[in-house]
Amino acid sequence: METYYKPEDLKKFGNIGEFQKKLADKFFDYYGEVFKEGALTGREKALIALGVAHAIQCPYCIDAYTSDTLEKGCTEEQLMEAVHVAGAIRGGASLVHGVQMMNQTKKIMM
Amino acid sequence: MKSLKAQGHLFASSDAQMEVLNKSDHEPFDSKLKDVGLYPFKPTGIDIFQVNLGKMCNQTCKHCHVDAGPDRKEIMTRKTMQQCLDILAVHDIPKVDLTGGAPEMNPNFRWFVEEAAALGKHIMDRCNLTIITANKKYNDLPQFFAKHRVEVISSLPHYTSLRTDSQRGDGVFDRSVKAIRMLNEIGYGIEGTGLELNLVYNPTGAILPGSQETLEADYKRELKRRFGIEFNNLYVITNMPISRFLDYLLVSNNYENYMQKLVEAFNPNAAGKVMCRNTLSIGWDGYIYDCDFNQMLDIKVKSTAQHLSDFDFEGLNSREIEVNQHCYGCTAGPGSSCGGQTS
Repeated sequence: METYYKPEDLKKFGNIGEFQKKLADKFFDYYGEVFKEGALTGREKALIALGVAHAIQCPYCIDAYTSDTLEKGCTEEQLMEAVHVAGAIRGGASLVHGVQMMNQTKKIMM
Repeated sequence: MKSLKAQGHLFASSDAQMEVLNKSDHEPFDSKLKDVGLYPFKPTGIDIFQVNLGKMCNQTCKHCHVDAGPDRKEIMTRKTMQQCLDILAVHDIPKVDLTGGAPEMNPNFRWFVEEAAALGKHIMDRCNLTIITANKKYNDLPQFFAKHRVEVISSLPHYTSLRTDSQRGDGVFDRSVKAIRMLNEIGYGIEGTGLELNLVYNPTGAILPGSQETLEADYKRELKRRFGIEFNNLYVITNMPISRFLDYLLVSNNYENYMQKLVEAFNPNAAGKVMCRNTLSIGWDGYIYDCDFNQMLDIKVKSTAQHLSDFDFEGLNSREIEVNQHCYGCTAGPGSSCGGQTS
């Protein structure tokens, strides 16, 4: 069955350089640098990536960073808490606009 | 859960496993070794005599590469154990690594340990922990181990019961914690006593293990905080794609991705330090193998001395080590051996 997202395409991510090598190389160099241990540990970065993956709803990133966080020793509970962080920020981002709605309501209503 | 053998499963046969392992189009492992100048693969010595005392076990773990369990009856005889001792008496092989199944279930286990200890060997026992609490006759194992300064190496795939029990069976985690407490009480795992209790982590799924250093710190902190128990070192081991774990990979549709991960993570530095380079693995029936995994795949040593009866130290020390696709499991990332990560 044809689908927009194919799990096997994740392995082909590196092939994006076929159409534009220079930019792909720069991106993958940058990507590699970002995920190196720094002021944040590799595990912390992987959990952030997992949360972001859910916020942007990227199925490739969710698969990749589920494996990565588990390999780095995170527990199921920690993975789900990262997802809740994404959910809280996404939900909060909608709800905070409620203030705008309230402002507008108060402006146009007696 | 029954063993694959008792189920009459296809993978009770090593030939069927080898067929799966060699069916994929991954680069052959020996060609990978050639690329990094390690072929033919040769030993660096014979420092460890790893003896499988039998396939009988009180547990039936889902990932077990031995396909061990209560229904397995293969047990090393006292005569074969004596052959091991005769060899150990005349050769400078400092370490004896006892494995199974549950090695303690061999009726001659204690005699063998006493005799090997009398030869001055350092003895390691791959104890599954729950055997200590399984029956009254095993309750004094911690004292027995301590008397002979046996290094205890025990699997505990996670510091939570969820992960441990999902791999090793319901209730195994709680019984393991109880056994560690019994070991701790007489000094095992406690800094400064010289009684070594080393735990083994292996992933509970189709993933590679993370950093040994990080996981060891997690284990030490969490086991102390949650249960007040201690240990010395954590050995991080990669699951080999053979036997029950191979079956799990295929049934869960993870086999190709897992093999791909292992192949992509090939590390020449780890390949140089794998355990088959300084170990001989002895089967319950006295046959000799390069490692425990080759033993379970029935790949005997490439030597005229394939059985203890024909033991030839020099011949075995200059043999060519048999390799196949499963060997990618020991060379992935930081490497994997019975003593944990290798690089």
